[in-house]
Amino acid sequence: MAKVFARPKALADVVTHYCPGCTHGIIHRLVAEAIDELDILDRTIGVAPVGCAVLAYDYFECDMQEAAHGRAPAVCTGIKRVLPDAIVFSYQGDGDLASIGAAEIVHAAARGENITVIFVNNGIYGMTGGQMAPTTLIGHKTTTSPYGRDAAVQGYPLRIAEMLATLEGPAYIERVSVHTPQHVNRAKRAIKRAFANQVEGKGFSIVEVLSTCPTNWGMTPVEALQRVADEMIPYYPLGVFKDIDAEGEDK
Amino acid sequence: MGEKILMKGNEAIGEAAIRAGCRHFFGYPITPQNELPEYMARRLPEVGGVMVQAESEIAAINMVYGAAGAGARVMTSSSSPGISLKQEGLSYIAAAELPCVIVNMVRGGPGLGGIQPAQSDYWQATKGGGHGDYRMLVLAPASLQEMVDLVRDAFALADKYRNPVMILGDGMLGQMMEPVMFKDEEVRELPAKEWATTGTRNHPGRNVINSLYLQPDRLEAHNEHLQRKYAQMAANEVRYESVNVEDADLVVAAFGSTARIVRSAMEAARQEGLRVGLIRPITLWPFPEEAFQQAAKTAKAFLSVEMSAGQMVEDVRLAVNGQKPVYFYGRTGGMIPTPEAVLEKFKKILGGEA
Repeated sequence: MAKVFARPKALADVVTHYCPGCTHGIIHRLVAEAIDELDILDRTIGVAPVGCAVLAYDYFECDMQEAAHGRAPAVCTGIKRVLPDAIVFSYQGDGDLASIGAAEIVHAAARGENITVIFVNNGIYGMTGGQMAPTTLIGHKTTTSPYGRDAAVQGYPLRIAEMLATLEGPAYIERVSVHTPQHVNRAKRAIKRAFANQVEGKGFSIVEVLSTCPTNWGMTPVEALQRVADEMIPYYPLGVFKDIDAEGEDK
Repeated sequence: MGEKILMKGNEAIGEAAIRAGCRHFFGYPITPQNELPEYMARRLPEVGGVMVQAESEIAAINMVYGAAGAGARVMTSSSSPGISLKQEGLSYIAAAELPCVIVNMVRGGPGLGGIQPAQSDYWQATKGGGHGDYRMLVLAPASLQEMVDLVRDAFALADKYRNPVMILGDGMLGQMMEPVMFKDEEVRELPAKEWATTGTRNHPGRNVINSLYLQPDRLEAHNEHLQRKYAQMAANEVRYESVNVEDADLVVAAFGSTARIVRSAMEAARQEGLRVGLIRPITLWPFPEEAFQQAAKTAKAFLSVEMSAGQMVEDVRLAVNGQKPVYFYGRTGGMIPTPEAVLEKFKKILGGEA
């Protein structure tokens, strides 16, 4: 019988530490599939964040560096400037990328570093136990916004894809979700594109992936997926925010 | 052998780094070290390298982390407030055992301080600076010739120990001009870095650059490994200059540009028949403890002269260990000790008035 579904070569055959129902597993798999399909595993160097994906260096079968909190785009810059032929990607959460690492992502994007960034946005600090993130939605209760995020007190959530799309540097910016199989397929295309761009030397590509945190949202996995559709996507609309290949075309 | 060239300190460091095989520099502007990133921005493209002006010192040191992890000879530079920002990265770099060279052209502090020479980052450089148990080799040149020689050695030492090495200068050494000669004209081959993340096509297995050890026993084993390495560095890499110590009643400790001032004062003292000697630590870490322990057998007193409120003096006291009195004289933040004032301090100590 033909084997039609197998573990990607780029994904390590280990048990991950992720909570049940968390979508990091799906996103890891999509990254690994993209690396396999582009046949770049042996020249790929990944950079892991601080946050839930801190142990990502154990989950991908390529060389990896573990960065300090928020600094992955700077670490990627250092690697890529030394090894221009390597494929360099960071995998970062929203606390890492959008809060403490806001400067690093903006400037890596502005420089147009030829790297790939996978930005996993679930609107909460998962690893540290459910604190408010820069992307936590208004009204959402977290351990540090126990009455619900109040714009008058805690300000507004950041839309990273839209912010970065104002810059000249990036080649490709898309926001996707993984809350249904159709959306997973779309996310796969975007992630593969973001790696292919780097192979082709097109420059900075980032895919923002809306993700869930059933544990810290206090929901079942199914409820959490539904919340992405009902609450996250209305504030964080899906779509392509920048694409140098499509410029001048009817998007 | 090359010819003597008149160069500014900051630029001489850049040229020495390039001749040592450094092709990647990540910096951020801050006075009084700007001529170094400027020199690198101009020179590195001529030799196939690249200088990236980072968005902050924090980003710069993390670019160094990535580049060093990818196997490159890499440098960053800054001055005191900027070096404070790099401390997080330095802790990670030390923990992940990445070779690199960091230049600190120290200026007056604390806080924004001033832009003139100081030595008040001694503690930060030698006692950790960032979090956790780690050490850097800290090299303190007193002349531009010594600075270019130490920059070349710094890259070799960094690679040898897989450890960050700091050049601790000051605003004076960065800004002054002196003739220098680059002894090593050949760019030496880099030692193979089999641990570097260059892609699995370039080495067997999978390489990971990391400082996270969630299992406490593994973290302790990692720390024990680091401590063994630091013990080797302490045993093998101590450097100092000793002048007139054998017969000295007063042994003076001073490093960097301050040591030049102390030397003038010492020569004046000798002319007046005062037996004064100098121990000039070249490695601030590892500190030349033995030189002081030996001197404590014959000297009557010690004096540490610094451009700070008194930092290295603590290491002198630890080394002398109560055997003889240890005095301090210092000026802070751009106020430079004069040879006359230092000589006056010698006389007070030797006259029993200190």
